[in-house]
Amino acid sequence: MSFSAARPLDPWRWIGIPTAMCLGATILLSAPIQVFGLRLPEPVFLMVCAFAWAVIRPSILGPVVLLVAGLFLDSFWGGPLGLWAVSLLTVYAVTLAMRNMMTGQSRLMMWAWYMGMTAVAMGTGYLITMLDLKAAPSLVSVLWQFLATVILFPFAHRLIDRFEDADVRFR
Amino acid sequence: MALRQDSFGDLKVPLTWISVVALIVCGVVGVSILLSDRRETFQTEAYGVARQAVDTVAAPVGGVVAAPGRWTGDVLGWLGSYIAVAHENRRLKGVIRDLQMQADLAVKLEDENGRLRAMLGVRTDPPIPMVTARVVADSRGPFANARLANAGSEVDIVIGYPVLSERGLVGRVVGVSRGASRVLLLTDVASRTPVMIDRSNARAILTGDGGPNPKLDYLRGREAVREGDRVLTSGDGGVMPRGLPVGRAVKGLDGRWRVVLDADSGAIDWVRILKFKDYVQLADQAALAATRLPPVITETPDDRIIGVSPRRTAPTPPPAQKTPAAGPPPQAKTPAATPPRKTAAPSPTAAVPVKKTPATITPPQKAPLTAPAGAPLKKAPAPVLAQPQSQPAQPAAEPQ
Repeated sequence: MSFSAARPLDPWRWIGIPTAMCLGATILLSAPIQVFGLRLPEPVFLMVCAFAWAVIRPSILGPVVLLVAGLFLDSFWGGPLGLWAVSLLTVYAVTLAMRNMMTGQSRLMMWAWYMGMTAVAMGTGYLITMLDLKAAPSLVSVLWQFLATVILFPFAHRLIDRFEDADVRFR
Repeated sequence: MALRQDSFGDLKVPLTWISVVALIVCGVVGVSILLSDRRETFQTEAYGVARQAVDTVAAPVGGVVAAPGRWTGDVLGWLGSYIAVAHENRRLKGVIRDLQMQADLAVKLEDENGRLRAMLGVRTDPPIPMVTARVVADSRGPFANARLANAGSEVDIVIGYPVLSERGLVGRVVGVSRGASRVLLLTDVASRTPVMIDRSNARAILTGDGGPNPKLDYLRGREAVREGDRVLTSGDGGVMPRGLPVGRAVKGLDGRWRVVLDADSGAIDWVRILKFKDYVQLADQAALAATRLPPVITETPDDRIIGVSPRRTAPTPPPAQKTPAAGPPPQAKTPAATPPRKTAAPSPTAAVPVKKTPATITPPQKAPLTAPAGAPLKKAPAPVLAQPQSQPAQPAAEPQ
């Protein structure tokens, strides 16, 4: 069986570059800057990758990169090591399991799916923190980070749009 | 056309299943790392090499990334002050007038304070050395609130040091690498800080929850806190020095007492790291090490239960007239004549030669350690074994 209709899907194009961009944006936004006395929000840029990669196609490299990038986030932000790695992998797994329901949906509907997956990531982080530290994080603070992450959906949509048809085996 | 142009182009593998296996393996690895993490212990060894490496690299990168923002802020500040110079001048004159009055009062109070301390002989805390550092990275999420300062082990910073801004307490150092220190903020969900209410001297634990205003937990006493009360570090537990400004108490929307942090009233770009080493720095370690402690008196429980060792100092037999004449007891039931069944552990008293302890080899018929006639024979308690030689020996048995 040949895949004559498929185009080359280089890992560095749909995994490498987005990961580097997300980590760069994370480092950029970690600068201790206040705008009009307000602190900058802290979105989880890697949510874009975790969601989009699972929608595009199953991958061996995807979860590995998410694990490594999640561990970097934990080290860089000073949180419990493994918190964001497990949260992002949970999002990837849930999205992968439900990708048949997502593909072909409208942009607005995909945004709703993305919001749901972001809620899964935040819920996982909340539960891990509760179990790890025996203390509940502030729900308001969780909500702020959720909103800051949800508005990143256009980047996820762009990534999906760019590479969704690159490998027709998984359409 | 094959999917890949190299020699693996025709290789067919069940990609979906392999990717699921990869996902499961990554998940297991992630959970294992999470379970083995000991961030909340705040121990030096718990702050792993990977975290130190990330901090060491992130500090200069964060400094470069933050530089444009800092320059922009400086320029905007300069422009703002230039435009509002007249208004600023009037405001500063008022501030100077108020501060002059407070300075006069401070001189008076300092003089009075010094005289009272001298009268009472109060020993004051020594001055705490500090290091100034610049904040180069900041995490503000609900699950981690930490900052990275660009001073680390090269200036002898260690885990546990308190960190202040020019307004108040920021947090404490939880990780150190070369050129960088990780500062856990008071707002972090893992942060616990012993504090006190300045007005009522009531104690509480300042508990972070990832939000901007940490909670006052374990608050004790009635009317312990009111709106606007100043909150300071209590110094309890020796983690932080007493009296560092923390913030002001406010009633939260959830009905709990919270603290508006002094450090949050402006941008935190510079911090001071106090080299505060608990209360041990108050003591002269050399003098403490030279102190000679008295010898520790111990006893072996086995010897106390089983019986008397022949090498031990036996008690002097009580006078004969105090012992009821009941005839010689059966030999086998006389504890003093019973051969030892177990050798006692060496001790200062056990090392006494046998010839100096004749009572241990006294024949049983001469031993007055007997019960009255007709009374049931009871096992006599053994003497205390490891007594110092200067202390009198305990009797082997009390007359019944």
